[in-house]
Amino acid sequence: MTDARATILDRVRSALADVPAAEPHVWPGADEPIDPPAAYHRTSDLSAGELADRFAARAGEYQARIVRCGQEDSEIAAAVGRALAAEPGDGPLVVPPGLPAAWRPAGAVEDTGLAIGDLDRAAGAVTGCAIAIADTGTVVLDHGPAQGRRALTLVPDLHVCVVREDDLVGSVPEAVARLANAVRAGRPITLISGPSATSDIELQRVEGVHGPRRLVIVLAAGARRRAT
Amino acid sequence: MTGTFRQAAATALDDAQLRSNLRTATHTIRDKRLAAVGEVPDWEQLREAGRRIKARTMRHLGVHLETLERSVTDRGGTVHWAVDAAEANGIVTRLCLAAGAHEAVKVKSMATDEIGLAAALEQAGVRPIETDLAELVVQLDPQDRSSHILVPAIHRNREQIAALFRARIPGAEDVTSNPADLAAAARRYLRERMLGATVAISGANFAVADTGTIVVVESEGNGRMCLTLPRTLITVMGIEKVLPRLEDLEVMLQLLPRSSTAERMNPYTSLWSGVHEGDGPQEFHLVLLDNGRTSVLADDRGRDALHCIRCSACLNVCPVYERTGGQAYGSTYPGPIGAILAPQLSALREHRDLPWASSLCGACYEVCPVKIDIPAILVHLRRRIVEDRAEGGRRLDPERTSMALLGRLFRSRRRYEAAQRAARIAARPLSDGPQIRPVPGLLRAWTHSRDLPAPAAQSFRDWWRERS
Repeated sequence: MTDARATILDRVRSALADVPAAEPHVWPGADEPIDPPAAYHRTSDLSAGELADRFAARAGEYQARIVRCGQEDSEIAAAVGRALAAEPGDGPLVVPPGLPAAWRPAGAVEDTGLAIGDLDRAAGAVTGCAIAIADTGTVVLDHGPAQGRRALTLVPDLHVCVVREDDLVGSVPEAVARLANAVRAGRPITLISGPSATSDIELQRVEGVHGPRRLVIVLAAGARRRAT
Repeated sequence: MTGTFRQAAATALDDAQLRSNLRTATHTIRDKRLAAVGEVPDWEQLREAGRRIKARTMRHLGVHLETLERSVTDRGGTVHWAVDAAEANGIVTRLCLAAGAHEAVKVKSMATDEIGLAAALEQAGVRPIETDLAELVVQLDPQDRSSHILVPAIHRNREQIAALFRARIPGAEDVTSNPADLAAAARRYLRERMLGATVAISGANFAVADTGTIVVVESEGNGRMCLTLPRTLITVMGIEKVLPRLEDLEVMLQLLPRSSTAERMNPYTSLWSGVHEGDGPQEFHLVLLDNGRTSVLADDRGRDALHCIRCSACLNVCPVYERTGGQAYGSTYPGPIGAILAPQLSALREHRDLPWASSLCGACYEVCPVKIDIPAILVHLRRRIVEDRAEGGRRLDPERTSMALLGRLFRSRRRYEAAQRAARIAARPLSDGPQIRPVPGLLRAWTHSRDLPAPAAQSFRDWWRERS
């Protein structure tokens, strides 16, 4: 194994004999001032209201169901209740540790290490998110508090995800910047854009394969979030 | 052009069903890609940024690989290095057996196709189970092979897939050809296996050296299942997949989905760094694969082929691919990218005819999200292969000889004009009105596949001389 490592790194070195040793190892990036041909947009210039509308429209195009509501916990709880009532399913609901108590549906089971079989029998999961991306209609989980481990939002067939308008960013570069701390802290990240889908038959998109086949996004108006 | 592509292409061209399936699929995705790309105002800047990130990374590949190894190890993962396919297969097989697995669930991966991992596992008594829908379709028919980077079963239409499912999947005897029903049948068949798997094998779309983060981009959720539920995860990635920094993802995660499935974002993208306590696999192995990549790197003009992020946009727009399909290329990587990657990965020992499997129309370059100049590399490889043939003792190679002759003609005005006169006379018996007829003999290959205009009765030079 050590031999393979040395062999490959040796081959790489001799293959790159043409590269000056002093050359920087990374491309400086979009902000490099002399580089207009590669100066892509890092930030979005949409207003808060426009961000919410774009997110709702684009997540909706991916067949996520969008339920909008006010900013108060009671309004979010009511919206979650409405969302669940419209998505019948057998079995208990599962929720992650750290989910605000007010959002938690009656009778929901907290995932403190449930077996995969238990998750498979659950009717659905209710979680929060880390951020959401308006340009792409994506919710992002960093699997911190109120989001749970990855299996929780994967195995049950329904995922109800609460997104606060304050969680929204406009662009993918803004999202990557916001996720950097979680990645550096060693947390896994999941980007979700609509329910599971496939384009494998004649390159046409069909929703519903292995991940949750139904995704409901409760989009709550922009209350100021507590700094974390 | 001689050799296998030409023969395989001729067979494929005779298959009307195949041509119809390919035409439907490639045209569907072309139009969607145009819309997905058209709404991004800074698309060209993103492409240029993508190109520069990749080019710079390749120029310092060793540094980034060592950083990646350190980051993954720090996060509790184990890094393995494999010089070739046999070494990589050996590592993965040993890991599966050590985990006591008789079955391993697989996420679609070009790298594991390239090294023939499935066959190696099978031989060692570990049954590989493809969990991507199209890979499953290909796996269900032992005679079948992948024909597309993104959608390996693109050569089959819904009716053909339904027939295969009815015959091969227990419980799917009555499935209709409705794509939603087919997807549901695949779900039922694969879910139990994924829920119970102990070992999963994946590829990687990107690997961030700085943070030790692996990225897998997918649609169906089979990727998430495999990356999350089993106890042991083994990821096989080509060494060219490394990216230096997390920020580089802000470019790649915009370029890849819009170019690949023509979506703003694919349904699921998973990022993980080593082992996460209490969440997901508790054993993570990363296999870094060379298998010819360092020989591609050594050609400073062909090197750009390693920038490919496997989106398959170049396949979908290629007029040759659209007509022959992917299997005619006879390599893991079909289409325009395959024509520059496959020969180079074998150090020009195999797939030597693929650089000629192109009309050099340039559509592949126009759509490439990281601006690989595929036509320029095709021409470069044609030259290398012709020179290589000459060095190999084939002094009388017809292409080389005729090009050398043309070179002599074009260098002298006298010789050039004499040749023009000779061509007019020689072409007379072969002409059919304004066209050269297909002729037998040495010129057959050229005249049978092209409309060649007959030389004009008078050359421009003669006309000019008379006029002045």
